[in-house]
Amino acid sequence: MQKLLTWVDERFPLTATYKAHLAEYYAPKNFNFWYFFGSLALLVLVLQIVTGIFLTIHYKPDAAMAFASVEYIMRDVDWGWLMRYLHSTGASAFFIVVYLHMFRGLIYGSHRQPRELLWIFGVLIYLVLMGEAFFGYLLPWGQMSYWGAQVIVNLFAAVPFIGEDLSLWIRGDYVVSDATLNRFFAFHVIAFPLVLLGLVAAHLVALHEVGSNNPDGIEIKKLKGADGHPLDGIPFHPYYTVKDVLGVVVFLIVFCAILFFAPEMGGYFIEANNFIPADPYKTPEHIAPVWYFTPYYAILRAVPPMFGSQFPGVAAMGIAVLIFFALPWLDKSPVKSVRYRGPKFKIALAVFVVSFIALGILGVLPVTPLYTWLSRLFSVGFFAFFFLMPWYTRNDTYKAVPERVTDK
Amino acid sequence: MSEMSVDNSKRRFLVTMSTALGGVAVLGSTVPFVASMLPSARAKAAGAPVEVDLSKVEPGMLLTAEWRGKPVWIVNRTKEMLDQLAKNDDKLTDAASENAGQQPEYCKNPTRSIKPQYLIAVGICTHLGCSPTYRKEVAPADLGPDWNGGFYCPCHGSRFDLAARVFNGSPAPTNLVIPPHKYLSDARVLIGEDQAAA
Ligand code: HEM
Ligand code: FES
Repeated sequence: MQKLLTWVDERFPLTATYKAHLAEYYAPKNFNFWYFFGSLALLVLVLQIVTGIFLTIHYKPDAAMAFASVEYIMRDVDWGWLMRYLHSTGASAFFIVVYLHMFRGLIYGSHRQPRELLWIFGVLIYLVLMGEAFFGYLLPWGQMSYWGAQVIVNLFAAVPFIGEDLSLWIRGDYVVSDATLNRFFAFHVIAFPLVLLGLVAAHLVALHEVGSNNPDGIEIKKLKGADGHPLDGIPFHPYYTVKDVLGVVVFLIVFCAILFFAPEMGGYFIEANNFIPADPYKTPEHIAPVWYFTPYYAILRAVPPMFGSQFPGVAAMGIAVLIFFALPWLDKSPVKSVRYRGPKFKIALAVFVVSFIALGILGVLPVTPLYTWLSRLFSVGFFAFFFLMPWYTRNDTYKAVPERVTDK
Repeated sequence: MSEMSVDNSKRRFLVTMSTALGGVAVLGSTVPFVASMLPSARAKAAGAPVEVDLSKVEPGMLLTAEWRGKPVWIVNRTKEMLDQLAKNDDKLTDAASENAGQQPEYCKNPTRSIKPQYLIAVGICTHLGCSPTYRKEVAPADLGPDWNGGFYCPCHGSRFDLAARVFNGSPAPTNLVIPPHKYLSDARVLIGEDQAAA
């Protein structure tokens, strides 16, 4: 065995890689609950890829057959329902996990120097993930798939000058049609997953270059012991592999409960209208995107048209997504973790969380004048968190950050 | 060999030029890929005009025809419906159909039609492309006492009157599109082709 390993190691850095990334990758010893979600995101990524491959074996990317082929998977393919529900529930789980993962970054200042690029890779992953989910949602070719895609593609038509041609280019037809379904299939099963995998690899390389942050926002590499390892670090394996396995077990319990008892989640994970085949001549009474897009959708609806164009709403929505890129430079605080930040940041963070959740709820509700005004109010809250950040993080009061990580 | 001196500026020049030219070639080679995603010849050809028999459309009724994959509505407007139109004028964004892109020249009139009786419009909301619902009833509970018939878009609440003109305050910026069309006879209309200039 040892001989074989030596043989391999002389030709490929197997042991060296294992040491660098697992056995001798030193992570802060004070990781808490919020540090489960990175490894869980990896788990869900694998789950989506595997179930996706098995769905592709039976699915037909053709406007005349797509809807029926999904029904076929649900009814006639052995265990087909399981593959489909794993994949659709997995999509929602992916966003839950990624939102919590991003929130962790926000509260512990993981986006700050030296992790700006790590954060940017993360935001890119988030964008690609949104594209991936959007393309995937068209594939069952239900009413909600169809009209959701119609609305989102038309968002691009609102871009001044090039918009019309751009949306035509995306659809490959004058309306969402077979041509659109076929290309969305190509994006969903190969183009975007490849990009996603590449970005996840870059994300992890960047993470292991700079090392993990932690709930105290202290750089553990500043204090090293005689052996050259950080005093507050412990090897990732076995300490955190074991911890992450616990996270996986708990996650799987919750995930399976949803999977087996409420796979459609009362219409939030798979919407009711999607059990009706796409009808290009009739929009359902009430359309709403899947829950993970609704905060941005509410922002879109909150902005009225200006100068005879809906571009302002589309632009606001675009900025709301892209603003995450700027976070490392908007945040001027001298400390990273929320534990040592002052009341101004905590209030702003609370406003942001409430606004984001409220917008998410408003995004699934129909339009009424009251809801429109509430959407405007919470949109202001959402943007204020980012745009006022340079100001309130500069003028906040801060607690002294200790030398060593704490054991809370 | 060791005597040979390296001409650095020449080397830099050659490297820059070949990088630039290589870059142009790479860019150029993306053109076929990008262009392959445009509507195919078949998709473009599907835009053939469609003929509709108007005698099937009862007064007050809406019929949906299919043209270029889009719904096209034909509404047989009654006298009462037509009388209501002028009352909306001050609540509309573009009451006089000034926006030339939204209708052919021959429909730039108060009823936005060739024959006042028949509204022929593309049933795709100018906001984000849903298909609005025909709501001909007057003052229904959900649309308010001022509603005198029109179209309501379920997606983001745009409102249009029975001449497919958008009401102020809707997310849709413009009136619905009136497609090119011409009458072949009193009861037959061809959608997708302009009528000869009168
Ligand atoms: C496919 C989706 C993703 C995967 C598989 C993934 C994976 C990971 C993993 C395994 C870690 C280390 C474990 C941990 O810190 O929890 C990590 C750390 C990190 N991720 Fe992600 N991630 C994803 C998406 C994102 C997104 C969308 C963002 C932010 C926009 C992001 C930002 C970060 C940051 C800042 C860290 C370092 C955190 C710290 O050290 O405190 N990630 N990621
Ligand atoms: S698509 Fe009709 S209001 Fe938005």
